[in-house]
Amino acid sequence: MCLGIPGKIVAITENQLAEVDFSGVRREVSLMLCPELEVGDYCLVHVGFAMQRLDPAEAQETLKLLDQFLEASGESS
Amino acid sequence: MNPHKNQDEGKLASLLLEKIAVLADSPMRLMEVCGTHTVAIFRSGIRSMLPPGVELISGPGCPVCVTPAGEIDQAIALAKREEVILATFGDLMRVPGSKSSLQEERAAGSAIRVILSPLDAVQIAEENPDNTVCFFGVGFETTSPAIAAAVMEAGRRGLANFHLLSSQRLIPPAMRALLSGGGVKIDGFILPGHVSVIIGKAPYCFIAEEFGLPGVITGFEPLDILEGVYLLLRQRKEGRTEIEIQYSRVVQAEGNERARAIMEEVFAPCDSRWRGLGMIPGSGLVLREEFAAMDGAQVFDLPYEEVEDPPGCRCGEVLQGLIRPPECSLFGTRCTPEDPVGPCMVSTEGSCAAYYTYGRGAGGNER
Repeated sequence: MCLGIPGKIVAITENQLAEVDFSGVRREVSLMLCPELEVGDYCLVHVGFAMQRLDPAEAQETLKLLDQFLEASGESS
Repeated sequence: MNPHKNQDEGKLASLLLEKIAVLADSPMRLMEVCGTHTVAIFRSGIRSMLPPGVELISGPGCPVCVTPAGEIDQAIALAKREEVILATFGDLMRVPGSKSSLQEERAAGSAIRVILSPLDAVQIAEENPDNTVCFFGVGFETTSPAIAAAVMEAGRRGLANFHLLSSQRLIPPAMRALLSGGGVKIDGFILPGHVSVIIGKAPYCFIAEEFGLPGVITGFEPLDILEGVYLLLRQRKEGRTEIEIQYSRVVQAEGNERARAIMEEVFAPCDSRWRGLGMIPGSGLVLREEFAAMDGAQVFDLPYEEVEDPPGCRCGEVLQGLIRPPECSLFGTRCTPEDPVGPCMVSTEGSCAAYYTYGRGAGGNER
């Protein structure tokens, strides 16, 4: 039940509501829990509420980890 | 789209599994607390990839599964009232109460609406001023801030016909109860990613400090889960017991303070009953005094009646990680996802449903 779906804020309307794009599907999302979000930000959405801003740089962490591991395994072999 | 993504992920998974194998020199039982993890673990087949000593067991982290049948009965009692429209999340519709489910009551004519967001319940209240709208709000910390926000929004719009039947539960007190009970042997925790988005790291620290166990806040991709397992094994190897964050691309150590502030403004902790775990102190949320007029349980004076588990159903033990679903004699025979007996088979995130759907399909390689 705790599913969170990442989306991108494409517009902010009145009363802390935003239009969020989920890979092509647009939905209205409340910003009450993350009022600092701006147009262009990525966020995690759960039951119609943005819960957390997603840092695009942090999203690259997995890839960095991959590089580290590939490097480490390259050294050891 | 990156054509190398799948290939890279495959490579990384193999490397993580190699590292896990090196560290798995003695048995380690890890509990994934969250139902979303349970499904992700089964769907990706991770259990069968891990070395034999590394065992993953499912915990009490599916809100639908831990909601006692007595609370379903309360929601049904409300829905049966002529003036009431009951709004709730779809996950709850098929969960059996003592005599029927919300789905059956809806078929029999009760006004029950499935909503995607707590704000939908507020909207229904605004559009139906002659009805009383009760939102049967179930969820963990992930969902509670959204429920709190809906309560505030109903207040802002001055909707006297909006009520909440709160059936919310908090994860850390349940983990404490599980560990204090001592019935199940756990060597570490794969901690829920999205509950942690809200509560951050601090509420789990007692696991390390008081019980001497490691925990890793983990994401939901197969690679996240493998890395979570690796980090737990690495802590053991290095003699550390800490709460770490694997899912750092989403979870901040301090959580979402704004969301917690809204939650705390609207709700106070209360004792709460968990299916399988019983009454756990401070593990639920009740509306604060200033919102008492919106409290469905109080306004409608709904008595709570304990409901016995269906004969033979062992969901209570499954939820505590004491047994695996196939050890229940009803599993796969009398109890299937099509015709479920217990909540762990009803919910798509329940351990029994995950075992049934993915475990068998995987050719019996589930341990």
